[in-house]
Amino acid sequence: MGKLITEPNIPDPDGFYEELVGLHEGLTEAQSAAVNARLVLILANQVGDREVLAEAMEAARKAAQSVIDRQEGQEG
Amino acid sequence: MAQSPGQRIFETPLYPYRRCADQEAGGPVRRKVVVVGAGPIGLAAGIDLAQQGVPVVILDENDKVSHGSRAICFAKRPLEILDRLGCGERMVEKGVTWNIGKVFFGDRKVYEFDLLPESGHKRPAFINLQQYYLEQYMVDRVRELEAAGAPIELRGKNCIEAVGVHDDHVRLEISTPEGPYNLEAEWLIACDGARSPIRSMLGLDFVGKVFEDNFLIADVVMEADFPTERWFWFDPPFNPGQSALLHKQPDNVWRIDFQIGWDIDREEELKEENVRRRLHAMLGEDAKFDLEWLSIYTFQCRRMEKFRHGRVIFAGDAAHQVSPFGARGANSGFQDTDNLAWKLRLVIEGKAPESLLESYDAERIFAADENILNSTRSTEFITPKSPASRLFRDAVLDLSEHFAFARPLVNAGRLSVPSVYDESPLNGPDDAALPRRTRPGAPAADAPTREGWLIDRLGNRFQILAIGTDVPPHFEEAGVEVEILRLSADESPEFRERWLGEAPGAVYLMRPDQHVAARWQAFDAAAMRAALHRAIGLE
Repeated sequence: MGKLITEPNIPDPDGFYEELVGLHEGLTEAQSAAVNARLVLILANQVGDREVLAEAMEAARKAAQSVIDRQEGQEG
Repeated sequence: MAQSPGQRIFETPLYPYRRCADQEAGGPVRRKVVVVGAGPIGLAAGIDLAQQGVPVVILDENDKVSHGSRAICFAKRPLEILDRLGCGERMVEKGVTWNIGKVFFGDRKVYEFDLLPESGHKRPAFINLQQYYLEQYMVDRVRELEAAGAPIELRGKNCIEAVGVHDDHVRLEISTPEGPYNLEAEWLIACDGARSPIRSMLGLDFVGKVFEDNFLIADVVMEADFPTERWFWFDPPFNPGQSALLHKQPDNVWRIDFQIGWDIDREEELKEENVRRRLHAMLGEDAKFDLEWLSIYTFQCRRMEKFRHGRVIFAGDAAHQVSPFGARGANSGFQDTDNLAWKLRLVIEGKAPESLLESYDAERIFAADENILNSTRSTEFITPKSPASRLFRDAVLDLSEHFAFARPLVNAGRLSVPSVYDESPLNGPDDAALPRRTRPGAPAADAPTREGWLIDRLGNRFQILAIGTDVPPHFEEAGVEVEILRLSADESPEFRERWLGEAPGAVYLMRPDQHVAARWQAFDAAAMRAALHRAIGLE
């Protein structure tokens, strides 16, 4: 990891989290996924740094590894 | 189907079979260069070599131009090459020039782009023209060269049955309507298309990615008031979940492409009533049109591991294949033979070592990979392969309607641009103070000069461009005569910006294919000699 900020950087973390969850209120899984995809793209443009984006993607995929493994276990 | 005159040229034999002297000879006649395939790339190879005085025979199993419009988009760089081959003017006169592209998602337009042609170029960014017209113009050019005594022959209904590769020649067994004959070719250029029989006969690889999708092409003749623009639909109401493309060709012919998915009944889809049903859904129930040509295609992105195999050299679709998005098929094929012809001539003339041909592999494989990368990315966007891919694709399209930032992410085909051979073994020194776009490896950037377009003054031989600086009156090295082209620093603002930048003067060594080989701010005889050696593979 080089440029990706991994230390706390969001002011009012509880408020932000509430807003993020609230964004998805009343949505089906597919609708939520659609909102998330748009959010990712909007944020990615805000970041605008290819290196940071690459690191963020890698970090996300790594962090989800245990979920991915568990799901594969269930299906296979 | 349309019956109007002039629209059936692809059903008339344009180079009918004629018995030739080689068939009367007792044994196989040895030819300098044989080109297999009289499609656009084979014809380009033949014309290029013949113009340079290299004897060439073009063989084709057929005797007609391409059936249907096929490749219809020709980009600026191939038009410049075709100008050098004496075919560009007719193409541009007949072709349809377009700049505006519109992208639709569902039932609404999400954005439009303008190719924004830069000023100071002879040729436009793109023209649309049916491939059969292009081939007809190229065959006419072959006839013109023949009449002028150039060493070129085009033989229809000459089908290659077997190939035998030897160290210094290739033996060909050819069948004709009047029986077989054999030929020997010192060099064989295989331009026999994506299903290249030569490639199969030699047992050579052709690996890559297959896309599980089908596209229905309909060439529709109609009086329509659509503007001359490229329209691309994602998920339109008339073709739900799929894509569609509308492009204008000359003679009121419109190219319409429908993505139709993988599991289809080809025969059913090609029935005129079914195609008409699709077209009416798109164009309206009362639309009046004729169908000129229908076809279903699938595509792959792949290339040969090497394009040159001893005395056999592959070019165009025979060597590499891309999806049609971006018009990188025929357009890149012209750049193959543009790259190859002068090198082969120097090798045949004994002025360059055979190893010069390795740079054809290096430069054109680099270009093929660039084209495959771009067209694979477009294909993924147009036909998403996973739910997540579709999710992001649709998100990008939605956002593009309201937010400019998302528009560069929309990928309905990245239109063909020439490769810059940055890593070429033929490149000589660069001076980084000069403009980046004319660095070694780059194709010449056209600009107006006092004596016409720069691009018309370049090509077919090595040249030294002396811009606002002094060079000797003659330059010859290693048996290669280099033409001196003197230009002032103020030919035009575009010229200055593209070739000088802030520098007071510059000296460029140009290759016969109009690419930059090396450049400096002032002439140095020793450096020029070294650069020329390098550019012809003597180093």
